[in-house]
Amino acid sequence: MSDPILELKNVKTHFPIQKGVLFHKQVGTVKAVDGVSLTVQRGEVLGLVGESGCGKSTLARTIMQLVPTTAGTVLLEGKNLTQSTASSIHEIRRDLQMVFQDPYASLNPRMTVFATLAEPMLVHRIYPASEVGRQVARLMELVGLSPRFMQKYPHEFSGGQRQRIAIARALALNPKVIIADEPVSALDVSIQAQILNLLASLVRKMGLSLVFIAHDLSVVKHISDRIAVMYLGKIVELGPAVDVIENPRHPYTRALVSAIPVPDPDVERTRQRIVLAGDPPSPINPPSGCAFHPRCAFAQDRCKSGTIPLKSFLNREVACVRIEEI
Amino acid sequence: MPLLTVTDLRTYFHTRNGVYRAVDGISFNLERGETLGIVGESGSGKSVTGYSLMGLVPQPPGRIESGTALFDGVDLLHCQPSALRAIRGKRISMIFQDPMTSLNPYLRIGEQLIEPLLIHEKIPRSVAIERALAMLEAVGINDAASRLHGYPHEFSGGMRQRVMIAMALITRPELLIADEPTTALDVTVQAQILELIKKMQRELNMAVIFITHDLGVVSGLCDRVLVMYAGRVVESADTRTLFHQPRHPYTQALQRSIPSTQPKGAELFTIPGLPPDVSKPITGCSFAPRCAHASETCKVRDPLLAPVAAIHEQACLRVQAGEL
Repeated sequence: MSDPILELKNVKTHFPIQKGVLFHKQVGTVKAVDGVSLTVQRGEVLGLVGESGCGKSTLARTIMQLVPTTAGTVLLEGKNLTQSTASSIHEIRRDLQMVFQDPYASLNPRMTVFATLAEPMLVHRIYPASEVGRQVARLMELVGLSPRFMQKYPHEFSGGQRQRIAIARALALNPKVIIADEPVSALDVSIQAQILNLLASLVRKMGLSLVFIAHDLSVVKHISDRIAVMYLGKIVELGPAVDVIENPRHPYTRALVSAIPVPDPDVERTRQRIVLAGDPPSPINPPSGCAFHPRCAFAQDRCKSGTIPLKSFLNREVACVRIEEI
Repeated sequence: MPLLTVTDLRTYFHTRNGVYRAVDGISFNLERGETLGIVGESGSGKSVTGYSLMGLVPQPPGRIESGTALFDGVDLLHCQPSALRAIRGKRISMIFQDPMTSLNPYLRIGEQLIEPLLIHEKIPRSVAIERALAMLEAVGINDAASRLHGYPHEFSGGMRQRVMIAMALITRPELLIADEPTTALDVTVQAQILELIKKMQRELNMAVIFITHDLGVVSGLCDRVLVMYAGRVVESADTRTLFHQPRHPYTQALQRSIPSTQPKGAELFTIPGLPPDVSKPITGCSFAPRCAHASETCKVRDPLLAPVAAIHEQACLRVQAGEL
């Protein structure tokens, strides 16, 4: 059953590079997101992976309309967000919320938990003022925090607890979609597992859709239904989570998967690893054709020109012209 | 004789809020050419262990309360500062987690690379520059000659970490202490850096202490592993044994909370609670409040490391009593 809640059509987010103090002359463009099309179904968890600088965070900010979109459309339940006015964006934010990477930086240190969680409710006037206290307590219980900590400040909590507060804040308005940008990257392994369990149970209980961004593929595989792999502003592979990680098809996904260290010394010692040479190229001046071709072991002359679209292959979509052969 | 023998190292931090027992009595040794992994969560004392050996603990508030660290016969913790200076940066080098902040932004890469050579080997500048060039090439930096004149901000994260490694290895040290050197990097770059450390280790027959929180990294790199919790070693074994037959409940729990080892979609195993506050007195086993197997004895009796097998030690009372 297809029931898309969030649709991206050929979304591009470019940032101008300017030089000069008085006369800002544009000398180039950073193509952070360069033609991404995606759908997120109701109740689905979509994982988004890629190296730093591939544009995954910019894509999240584009969906949230925190940065202006250069081209393309972002549809939330059919409403086009890119053409919305400031006041309608305000309405839409109720349905679309975000959790950030660093719970030390994303909570206001001068606001108590109560103030942090009550603010969105008061701004959006979704509950009468007399009801807010009860709702804050409900939210705190929902994310596994005791309501008696309501009057405490962020510095009194550990990293994992802070991330719970950040998640509670995102849930305050009963959103339909949550975008989580590396929500567990700053946490220890044992705490990471707690937050992942919490997110997974919230998705199940509340029928939320979640866009889960991370660079740790094993974490993404665990929580996601589908995974999209990004490279230099474009999606190169998109498919069911288990298949993408266990049987990656795009040469870049293969390299990415093979780079994950396996916590088993016997496997580690025998397996062949594809070590990519060099760093990802700059999105200011990306290689022509397939952006991955300078680092790809399978690259041929035809990979070096033209545009390479995502094409369906088996049960997924892959952007590689040689996909049938390799 | 081992290259390094650490005995009963205790590093405490005396702050206004109390005494933090960051490292609280750890002992280990390291042979030439061996790789020792130290794993633990944040606050378990793994980095402070590295800093203590290098004499980099800020004093005050830090203080080495007890212990010895014999490096080839010299006690790193109690020798004259001049003796330590002759070893540090020459025979023992360290690389840090964040390559963005551990290079001097005002100095060209070349200047920073040759500094240890000029200080320790007293060789002419031109010779030092040649060695720096060779070292940059060895760590896989293309176009090394022109890169020598670059500043750190012109390098990417992975390249800066390569420069850090080049700087640490340029004096051909006998021991490298790597404190989470790949945590800030992408997996693909992490794979490159780990391969590089392995290659350089083989070439120099260097011992490595690899500090990390990532058990996956340890499994492919280390010969032996220490698991730290609340400033103490709770288990130490060769890598295979530690992964296949972990005995201490904390090691087992840590392993079980890695997402990739668990079936997809299932509830992930979690360790309840939080690590203890090491500024408060701890009676009994520090892991007991979070441990599924803790008994009444665990809460009152201090556990000690005891051997399980030849090179396998662990500090769980119930395992030692044969109850687990």
